[in-house]
Amino acid sequence: MVSERNEETRKENQSESMRLQFESYSWNESFARVTVAAFLARLDPTVEEMEDVKTAVSEAVTNAVVHGYEGTLGTVTVEASIEGRKFTVSVHDDGVGIADIQKAMEPLYTGKPEMERSGMGFSFMEAFMDEVTVQSSPGEGTTVIMRKTIKEAPNGSDSPVN
Amino acid sequence: MEQSASKKDQVRYRTAGTSLIVLLPPEVDDHNCQGIAGETEEYIRNRVVKRIVFDFTRTGFMDSAGIGVLLGRYKRMNELGGEVVVTGEDERIARILKISGIYQIIRSV
Repeated sequence: MVSERNEETRKENQSESMRLQFESYSWNESFARVTVAAFLARLDPTVEEMEDVKTAVSEAVTNAVVHGYEGTLGTVTVEASIEGRKFTVSVHDDGVGIADIQKAMEPLYTGKPEMERSGMGFSFMEAFMDEVTVQSSPGEGTTVIMRKTIKEAPNGSDSPVN
Repeated sequence: MEQSASKKDQVRYRTAGTSLIVLLPPEVDDHNCQGIAGETEEYIRNRVVKRIVFDFTRTGFMDSAGIGVLLGRYKRMNELGGEVVVTGEDERIARILKISGIYQIIRSV
């Protein structure tokens, strides 16, 4: 829907950002991805782009909860920004950190093999986003930064219903 | 801490002959998946289960946590000489299943 109020109409190339902070409870995984999706909606993404970002955010936040804090309580910070059609989202935790990032990102590698995990978290992030960067070291927490360019909607007809 | 899941978020189980049907919640993620392995194990222990059917009829979102559950149950049923199948998946869920490669070992019925 196009806003008719001139003063509040979002301009192309306008920069915006958001920041969300919450405790590392597993039920916040859905809170985080739904909130980021609501922020992304102003770029009028396709249903598929919306799902891609939701899945990637869910993976990164789950990693923070399960691996970063290992079930203990901590704070997860999600920041997202829009610059033109470029969407960036980062997920940060102050948990245990990752010693070998390359290994952690290997397809099917899991840090918790006893827990029936797929080891596909980072693979999903990479499959669904254009770029994934991981900053981490043991004891220093982890930040995952993901970028995706949202395509121009041809005539706004392909936007999600909600 | 107790999870604050409403009824519709819960996983539901139903048996039919030697099949165990697992009706998955609207969103299959780490949080909603936590009980599935243990709960299906209860059924396996108490009766003959030759097939686990994961029913995605209600599901509109799934991430890799769901793939972990499918893989884990696949391995378990393999040990028991049984099988795991999926059903009712929409386009979005099918896309996730396809990307994960799970269709190579688990078929859709």
